[in-house]
Amino acid sequence: MFRNVAELVELAESQQIKIAEVMIRQEIEVTGRSREEIFTQMDKNLQVMEQAVMRGLAGVSSHSGLTGGDAVLLQTYIRQGRFLSGETILDAVSKAVATNEVNAAMGIICATPTAGSAGVVPGTLFAVKEKLQPTREQMVEFLFTAGAFGFVVANNASISGAAGGCQAEVGSATGMAAAALVEMAGGTPSQAAEAMAIALKNMLGLVCDPVAGLVEVPCVKRNAMGAANAMVAADMALAGIKSRIPCDEVIEAMYRIGETMPTALKETAQGGLAATPTGRALAAKIFGVSQT
Amino acid sequence: MKYKSVFDIIGPIMIGPSSSHTAGAARIGRVARSLFGRQPKWAHIFFYGSFKDTYKGHGTDVAIVGGLLDFDTFDERIKSSLQIAQQEGLAVTFYEEEAVPNHPNTAKIHIGDENGELELVGISIGGGKIEITELNGFELKLSGHHPALLIMHNDRYGTIASVANVLAKYAINIGHMEVSRKEKGKEALMTIEVDQPIDDAIVKELEQLPHIIQVTKIVD
Repeated sequence: MFRNVAELVELAESQQIKIAEVMIRQEIEVTGRSREEIFTQMDKNLQVMEQAVMRGLAGVSSHSGLTGGDAVLLQTYIRQGRFLSGETILDAVSKAVATNEVNAAMGIICATPTAGSAGVVPGTLFAVKEKLQPTREQMVEFLFTAGAFGFVVANNASISGAAGGCQAEVGSATGMAAAALVEMAGGTPSQAAEAMAIALKNMLGLVCDPVAGLVEVPCVKRNAMGAANAMVAADMALAGIKSRIPCDEVIEAMYRIGETMPTALKETAQGGLAATPTGRALAAKIFGVSQT
Repeated sequence: MKYKSVFDIIGPIMIGPSSSHTAGAARIGRVARSLFGRQPKWAHIFFYGSFKDTYKGHGTDVAIVGGLLDFDTFDERIKSSLQIAQQEGLAVTFYEEEAVPNHPNTAKIHIGDENGELELVGISIGGGKIEITELNGFELKLSGHHPALLIMHNDRYGTIASVANVLAKYAINIGHMEVSRKEKGKEALMTIEVDQPIDDAIVKELEQLPHIIQVTKIVD
């Protein structure tokens, strides 16, 4: 059983198998379930992600009215062709937004690793699908690769905003997506780990400050930027760029930052954007009373 | 290692908006329901820490009641669980507690009907994963990821061995076990997580053993 990213990469490289395969073999060993059962369950998760993206791209609105419709705006903008960054990256952003808009509307999603950060992994996956044309099996493997890195973060740091801030949620999701993107694009297990390190380093310190305690503002747009960050980090790693701080130490740093982060900035809706005049006014409007 | 499966990370499939505050809350409610063995008539639900501060925005209230109604994390009825509870005669009261909990996402559930009561404390540790930390005043650790037995018994020598013997007879392996008691010689609780499914006949056989008060089985 791998306990950290270094062991995960070592297991993959010494046996010349993918990170996804290391994760699948461990799952078989730990749960005693068959490869088919495990693969089928992950395929079901993939179907839920696909349906959530489709639903978000068709346009949804949350009960509070704070979020919804931005995925549609972005898709329309992409089709007009005058974008500044790039088509794949914007597609990833719009699909991440689509997923979190559905989540905010209390629709059905698959947590990756959490619901508040559920957009980054599927957003990037369904965007590169157009470019890399993966098989269905490779798409399911993408989720196992992302899961392997998330597994390390969850056991060595945290994937909870209440315990570690947004860096533990969207930060973890971003690192997971970056690593899985690298593997799908044909990069090595070490390059996947570099991508995770580069992505997560740029999410360190990110606080969890949801307006009105809703998983909407700024959660949806943090997933948007998480997807963009993951795409760029993956490209950087595939270009051969390495993180000077090893991936496991970045994860350790994330954990320590989360430990020292004030409670007001860990999913309590007391600080950060939640405590701005507009944030408080929105909370008062939605619940009829001030939250703090 | 708190997280053992890749599906703790990629999953669960759930109703939004929060894995810890919605899906985790639903799971805590459902464990309480499963331990109680039937739908309660009343429920007092206490929120602590981040649960207290953000439960309205995260749908923690509807999710936990959905769990008490035996709804899974992806059941769309969660959204209207408060109305469904009212229709089905389950009276729910919520309390916002100021006490600072060990874990930021903590809920205490006190449920009951004319035949009994149950009090449970659960924490939601991230990504929808939960732990039950207290049952009827006994401290315990229950991951919710393996079949488990909760055995209320009198604190007498040989009781643990007799339970272990029955499990051994049916080739059931114990993965994790804890015993706690309130006072020497008084009521005690065994928490046993096992690797194999537990047949109802085994529960009956355990209940027949001396000094056993109640046996509850929890399936993941």
